[in-house]
Amino acid sequence: MKYSNLLTIAFRALVRNKMRTILTMLGIIIGVGSVIAMIAIGQGSKKKIRDQMSSMGTNMIIIFPNYQRRGGVNLGSSNSMVLKYSDVTALREEATDLTEVSPEVRATGQVIFGNQNTQTTVYGVSPEYLDIKKLTIKTGRNFNPQEVKSMAKVCILGETVVETLFGPDADPIGLTIRIRNLPFLVIGVLDKKGEDPMGRDQDDLIIAPYTTVQSRLASIDYVNAIFASAVSEDKSQAAISQVEEILRRTHKIRESEEDDFRVRSQSELIETVSSVSDIMTILLGSIAGISLLVGGIGIMNIMFVSVTERTREIGLRMSIGGRSRDILRQFLVESMVLSTIGGIMGVIFGFLVAKIAGSLMQSPALITSQSVILAFAVCFVIGVFFGWYPAKKAANLNPIDALRYE
Amino acid sequence: MADVIIEIKDLRKDYHVGEVIVHALRGVDLTITRNEFVAIMGVSGSGKSTMLNILGCLDKPSSGDYLLDNVDIKTLDKDELARLRNKKLGFVFQAYNLLPRTTALENVELPLFYDKSVRAGERKKRAIQALEAVGLADRMDHMPNQLSGGQQQRVAIARSLVNDPVLILADEPTGNLDTRTSFEIMELFQDLNEKGRTIVYVTHEPDIAKFATRNVLFRDGKILREQIVSDRQYARDILKTLPVEDIEEVNQ
Repeated sequence: MKYSNLLTIAFRALVRNKMRTILTMLGIIIGVGSVIAMIAIGQGSKKKIRDQMSSMGTNMIIIFPNYQRRGGVNLGSSNSMVLKYSDVTALREEATDLTEVSPEVRATGQVIFGNQNTQTTVYGVSPEYLDIKKLTIKTGRNFNPQEVKSMAKVCILGETVVETLFGPDADPIGLTIRIRNLPFLVIGVLDKKGEDPMGRDQDDLIIAPYTTVQSRLASIDYVNAIFASAVSEDKSQAAISQVEEILRRTHKIRESEEDDFRVRSQSELIETVSSVSDIMTILLGSIAGISLLVGGIGIMNIMFVSVTERTREIGLRMSIGGRSRDILRQFLVESMVLSTIGGIMGVIFGFLVAKIAGSLMQSPALITSQSVILAFAVCFVIGVFFGWYPAKKAANLNPIDALRYE
Repeated sequence: MADVIIEIKDLRKDYHVGEVIVHALRGVDLTITRNEFVAIMGVSGSGKSTMLNILGCLDKPSSGDYLLDNVDIKTLDKDELARLRNKKLGFVFQAYNLLPRTTALENVELPLFYDKSVRAGERKKRAIQALEAVGLADRMDHMPNQLSGGQQQRVAIARSLVNDPVLILADEPTGNLDTRTSFEIMELFQDLNEKGRTIVYVTHEPDIAKFATRNVLFRDGKILREQIVSDRQYARDILKTLPVEDIEEVNQ
């Protein structure tokens, strides 16, 4: 039997039962649609998180002090004094896989301008910090090494601080604000970065030379963390090893002792966060997959009813020359046409759902060609798998009995 | 021997129903030549249905020979039998067996779908010709439920003609029809027979059997009597004698 004939026969049979055909397809449409939509939403939010984190610099490396233990008591890491500026110098000189290194000293305090005030974090850093964290100056300038050396009271403001103290669209360059009652000259404003994946405001900060923050605000001689840039994202791992090796040496840590610092790369963090959203995607996808399976069972159910209802038709087709395999193929093609057309419509449906959900959730849905191909492949397999048994039943009918069937 | 369409020698058919063996046919000899119009008669259980199934190559005999148009059925497997049915036989059923919600034309086309050598264009042309031959050219696009019983049976006959078979087999073709329509169908069969078709039909109505050229009477799995119809009747003539009111009733 020619395949064109087979398709014609299958199409005619499906058109003959329009309502049933549409209802059967509906199961597949919803199944495929939800798989496509769920995966698209999952992938979309993953991409959003990745993009946000990449915007902080994919080759960034962060060095924290390790948890301090004294007699079995974990003292946390924030007050640890193990990282010194000398470590920054050592890394600058020796770590060939790092391009830029900056200390980070944090101090929180009340910031006042005129009759406005706010509570924010002041980051004491060196000029390289902006490059490392992919921060950019909107207006004004960065501070220079000279100002670092002289512990100059200059600062760069984040957008949120500017808005709180000066109101929107104000130009604070050249004005003096008071941080913990010390006057600081505003020399620059940062570009807006928005929220990070955890919802924290990345614009609520003030940046100043680390020397100033260390001695004038925090009164400490250590640094809270060290930020660095690896030569490239691929070199992150090599850079981490280098940092560990150098710091163990400068901190005089013996072979048997644990590190008193931790090194993390931004790409590691991205992977961790991504894997969480991957799990979410798989979970959503599997739930949607179950509805696809139910749709497939719907096809099998209808095909069974169809075979029983059309027993006389099958008998007739056999008597006028249809072989068993022609009957088998006819029913298989019918179920495959059902599932494939249902699949196409399901992809469109899923696309629309993803678009709508994406705009509601403010994370654009991402429809990948893989998920479309996967959904199609699954549909095709469903068509064959769930159509096979009913088709086999039809093909095995005895024409004499089938013709006599009431 | 070219004129012999069916040659059957000592044909037997046994069915195994559990432990019991039912002898449906117990040694049948039958020869049908080209252009014959044969009525097979018999009460139920006489073996006439089994005979028709075997004639139609839907069933194989347990023993004995059956040559259809010089092809020995015994040597063929299921697929070859299907092909033989497609090429050489036409079936007409009591219940018409038309596909519902399918136009008359598409119903008639059906057998040609199973013939690889027929292209789509030719398929349609031949189906139209077959419908013209049964006088339904103007009803091509009608669905079965838009046709009367007689018209549906005509579509079924067109379907049996479309593959130009050597033999048309009809299983009680008038069983579901009223008297007048039955005669019209028999008139059509007689026309086709006059144009050279070989037709075998099963009936239990003596009135309908009289339109044939030869009657074969089955009883208990054997041929009880075989005779040339001496007082053969022509449906065309009988239809003329029927009152006109009847005709209007049918047309309504």
